[in-house]
Amino acid sequence: MSPPPSHRRIIRDGIAVGVATGAYGISFGAISVAAGLTVLQTCALSLVVFTGASQFALVGVVAAGGAPFSGALTGLLLGTRNTLYGLRLAPLLAWSGWRRAAAAQILIDESTAMSVTRETTEEARVGFLSTGLAVFALWNLATLGGAVAGEALGDPRTYGLDAAVGAAFLALLWPRLHDRRNQVTAVLAVALALALVPVTAAGVPVLAAAFVALGVGIATAQRQDPTEIPDRGDLPSGGEHG
Amino acid sequence: MMWAAILVTGVGAYLLKLAGLSIPASVLERPLVHRVTDLMPVALLAALVAVQVFGSGTSLTLDARAAGLAVAVVALLLRAPFIVVVFVAALTAAVLRQLA
Repeated sequence: MSPPPSHRRIIRDGIAVGVATGAYGISFGAISVAAGLTVLQTCALSLVVFTGASQFALVGVVAAGGAPFSGALTGLLLGTRNTLYGLRLAPLLAWSGWRRAAAAQILIDESTAMSVTRETTEEARVGFLSTGLAVFALWNLATLGGAVAGEALGDPRTYGLDAAVGAAFLALLWPRLHDRRNQVTAVLAVALALALVPVTAAGVPVLAAAFVALGVGIATAQRQDPTEIPDRGDLPSGGEHG
Repeated sequence: MMWAAILVTGVGAYLLKLAGLSIPASVLERPLVHRVTDLMPVALLAALVAVQVFGSGTSLTLDARAAGLAVAVVALLLRAPFIVVVFVAALTAAVLRQLA
C-alpha cells in the first residue's frame, strides 16, 4: 500500500527540511566541543534536549564562563515557545496516550511549520512525523560528526569557532527582527546584557534579558496575533532548528 | 555538574513540549502569555549575541569576534544559508588572528 501522491510530496518536503537542518547540526557539534563539552555530552544534548536554540544557548553560556545551570535555565526559557506550538498543533494532530508522549519529543520549529498549515489531521500527522523524524535523525548524526571534527581541530580560537557562536545566535535571531516590537526588545536586551557583564557572574546577563521580554510584553498593548507560528517562508534557507 | 545541567534541560524541554500538546488551550491562551513567550527568544538570543561577541570574562572587548559578527550581518543581508553565515564569521576571525 503506497501513500497517496499528496502524502509523498509532504514526506519529500519533510526530508528536505531535515537535510538542511543537518548542516546546522554540524556547527552545533563543533561549537559545543569548543565550549568545553565532551563529544558524549554534546550528543546527549541533541538526543534529549532536541531543540536547537536551547542547545546553542546552554553551550553558549558555558563557553562564556557561565555556570551550567545558568545555561540550562536560559535553554529552558528559550524552549517555552515549543509549548505554544503544541497548543496550536494539539487539536490538529489529535493524538493521545503514548503517541502524544512520543510526538512531544519531535515538537520543534520545523515539524510545527510543516504541519500547522495542513487541512486534515492525516496530512498534518504526515507532515509532522516526516519532518520531525528526518530532523531528529540528521540533527543527531550531524551533531556527532561536528563534535568529532571539532575535537580533532584543537584550539577552537585558531579556527574562529568562538566567533561562530555569536554568528549562530544572530542567524537564529535574524528572521524574528522584521517586527518593530521585536527590534526594540532586541536592542534593550543587548544594552542590559552588556551593562551587566562587568558587574555580574557569567550567565546572569543573558538570563536578565528574560526580564526585557517580560517588561516589553507587559508594556505593549496587544496588536496582531503574537503567537508567531513559523510558516515555511519563515524558515531560513539553512533551516532554523529550534 | 554539566551532566546534571544536560539532564535538567532535557527533561524540562520535553515537559515544555508535552505540556503544549496536553494542556487545554484555554489555560495558556492569554495575550500576555503569548506576547512574553513570543518575545523571550528575541531577548535571549539578542543578549547571547552581545555577550558571546563582546564579553570576555567580566569585561567587554572589541576583537576578531566583532569582525566576524559584522561579516555575518552582511551574509544574512545577502540571505546566505545558516551554515554559510556561521562559516564566514569563523573564517573572518581566524584570518584576522593569523594576520595579527
